[in-house]
Amino acid sequence: MKKDSNVKARIFKNNLLYVGVCVMSTLTAIPLFAILGEVLVKGWQQLGWSFLTEATPNAFKAMMAAQKGEPIPGGIANGIVGTLMMLLTAAVVAIPVGILCGICLSEFRKNWFAKTVSYITDLLQGTPSIIIGIIVYIWVVVPMKGYSGFAGSVALFIMMLPLIIRSTEETMKILPPSLKEAGLALGGNYWRVMLKVMLPASFGSIFTGILLAVSRVVGETAPLMFTALGGAVISYNLGRPMSAVPLMIWEFFNDPNLQDLIWGASLFLLTLVLCLNLLAKRIAKKWKI
Amino acid sequence: MQDKIFKALLIVSAIVIPVIGGGIIYSLTLDASGAFEHFGFWNFICSDDWVTTAGKEKYGALPFITGTMLTTGLALLICIPFSLPVALFTGEYFRGKKIATVLATVTDLLAGIPSIIYGLWGFYALRPIFMFLNLSPQGSGILTAAFVLAIMIVPYAASLSSEFIKMVPADLKEAAYGLGATRAEVIRRVIFPTAGSGIFSAYILAIGRALGETMTVTMLIGNTNQMPETLRTTGNTMASIIANQFGEADGLKLSSLIAIGLILFLITAIINLIGKIMIRRAQHV
Amino acid sequence: MENIVDPILEIKDVSISYDKNVTAVKNVSACVERNTITAIMGPSGCGKSTLLRAVNRMHELYKNITVTGEILLNGENILAKDPIEVRRNVGMVFQRPNPFPTMSIYDNVLAGYTLNGISLSKHKRDDLVEKCLRNVALWDEVKEVLNKRGTFLSGGQQQRLCIARSLALQPDILLMDEPTSALDPIATKHIEDLLVKLKKEVTILIVTHNMSQAMRISDRSMFMFLGELIEYDDTKRMFESPKDDRTRAYLTGQMG
Repeated sequence: MKKDSNVKARIFKNNLLYVGVCVMSTLTAIPLFAILGEVLVKGWQQLGWSFLTEATPNAFKAMMAAQKGEPIPGGIANGIVGTLMMLLTAAVVAIPVGILCGICLSEFRKNWFAKTVSYITDLLQGTPSIIIGIIVYIWVVVPMKGYSGFAGSVALFIMMLPLIIRSTEETMKILPPSLKEAGLALGGNYWRVMLKVMLPASFGSIFTGILLAVSRVVGETAPLMFTALGGAVISYNLGRPMSAVPLMIWEFFNDPNLQDLIWGASLFLLTLVLCLNLLAKRIAKKWKI
Repeated sequence: MQDKIFKALLIVSAIVIPVIGGGIIYSLTLDASGAFEHFGFWNFICSDDWVTTAGKEKYGALPFITGTMLTTGLALLICIPFSLPVALFTGEYFRGKKIATVLATVTDLLAGIPSIIYGLWGFYALRPIFMFLNLSPQGSGILTAAFVLAIMIVPYAASLSSEFIKMVPADLKEAAYGLGATRAEVIRRVIFPTAGSGIFSAYILAIGRALGETMTVTMLIGNTNQMPETLRTTGNTMASIIANQFGEADGLKLSSLIAIGLILFLITAIINLIGKIMIRRAQHV
Repeated sequence: MENIVDPILEIKDVSISYDKNVTAVKNVSACVERNTITAIMGPSGCGKSTLLRAVNRMHELYKNITVTGEILLNGENILAKDPIEVRRNVGMVFQRPNPFPTMSIYDNVLAGYTLNGISLSKHKRDDLVEKCLRNVALWDEVKEVLNKRGTFLSGGQQQRLCIARSLALQPDILLMDEPTSALDPIATKHIEDLLVKLKKEVTILIVTHNMSQAMRISDRSMFMFLGELIEYDDTKRMFESPKDDRTRAYLTGQMG
């Protein structure tokens, strides 16, 4: 038998790579726990009923409380209401349009028009969120002569749309063609086959896609800065400036008097986003057909 | 008849996308043209002036383009030694095992954390460490921003690379093992060459994400409008200058900021397009 | 072939081509007798499935397929009618069982009505589901689990469910594209027995590459080769004394 003098070196290298991969992979997981820990430790005391139901205190009240060594009064209710309002408005439009567009892209996948649209969808998905902020400022804020919750909804809509389209398109593409054939062979109308057979069959993953899209945009700050702007009172009027949880974190970050509220708000946002993410994963697993 | 209405509806909803895409380019170009006409296109890009005094206004994009390139490039360098092992961990070494699912979930959750929270964490937890280690005098700056940015893009690069590593056919790997190769050699000689273009495109897309990342960078880069001299100094990226100054801008400054936005949009669009085309190719091989 | 007394389906000089230059079916003419089972045999790629799908206008789902000639169902040219109307009267069962995954067994049987936008009274629906499932000998096996999803059934049960789904619309003719090729022998036997029983109610045109299956269940057989209809005769006669050399070669296993 031929003797390979390098065998020892090769095995050593092999083991080195194995250990290296394991060590570096473990290191990568650290930031998640560091961030979770930081936010949890600093934020959990602030979370409470009043924190979720009261609006931001004004700077003066906060200053007085800080001087007396008391906890800062008030909470993030204006942000929660704003986030919900804008998200809901954006989703109500983005979900049907996104699903229809996704169906279109998967149905006409060989067509040049659908291919082009597909590439532009990728492009929109990769567009920096700050650009979406600028564009909605130009399209909505300037003509309407003012910041508004509506403008914020438009920005979130543009951010959500490509995500929903992508998940619908990908899901519909992997459905077996025999499903559509079976529906059509029974003499079903095309649209009924689409809405009653194809869509229900892919509903699980589309729903996952929607949840992920929501969790993506719920934490977005940049596109809201020049559109919804923010506000200190609880407002249900989409025609006026509106706050959102991530916007409030940004305000607290920049306002020395309110800095104590940062971590509570972050804990709230982080919990929301991570729960949406985990829920989406769960559903994706469960609804697999 | 109903079918025709339905098909029309499908097409109308698909037209929304090119309308938005085209509208973005049109509106940005229109509103940026003020700055380009005033300073000249190349002058604007190559100038490092940022004078806001009324009457003597002068704006240039160079410091911010440089800032973006430096943070992104550095973030990529820091990201590779973490994301590649993660990809190998989930896609090869522990593929299909529970521990791989755990790590994949961890990285997915990392990807889900809003950027403003990364910024907070960087500012309050990492910055003191950077100051203590004397890596940068004020703690914030290009290096700090790039470090957090790297953590943010690891999940994207890792999960996509892992997909491509998983796609390497088992018989190729078996052939190499059959010839007496170690696992490390199989990875180097079989997996990397086969999955290479896919992994490469994963990093291109990660770059695309890093280029436009706004809040984290804005909170950590220090926000100064000069050319960054070393990696330890503060600076600004294209995204962060917009985030910082757009709110109170008007006239020529607004137009200049939109012009910077247009440049950022075009760069990310090109990078993403290249990445997506490469991915589609890699998937069809 | 002669001695067709009561033709339900008349195929007149039908040619089918893909992309204008590949002709899959060439000038086929044949009549199908009412309430019989007619098998179409032939090596793969001979155009038998293509011909079958044209009867249901399924070819229109794909572009660049042209059909010339006439296909008459009860004397009416289906190629000139609305495809949706045609498909309602022509049932089709596919190679792989494909019950709708999101619908219950009950809803699967009624899918033809839902997809056509026809609403029935609860009473009628119950009756129809029971009748159709009894027809395919599935009722006793599933009557307790009608609200479960169809995908929980075994392959053979799924295929019978798919047959029930087609029968629910009371089609004039039932097309079957190798309906047992994805099933095990026992399930296959079940389906074959079922088809023989069903022919009292519906005419069956079945594509199969399984010669013994054609011999077991069909009354008449067509043999297709390279897009042409080579021979069409009583099944028994064809198997005993094929007229064409190519048919003989195929039946004796000398041709894939």
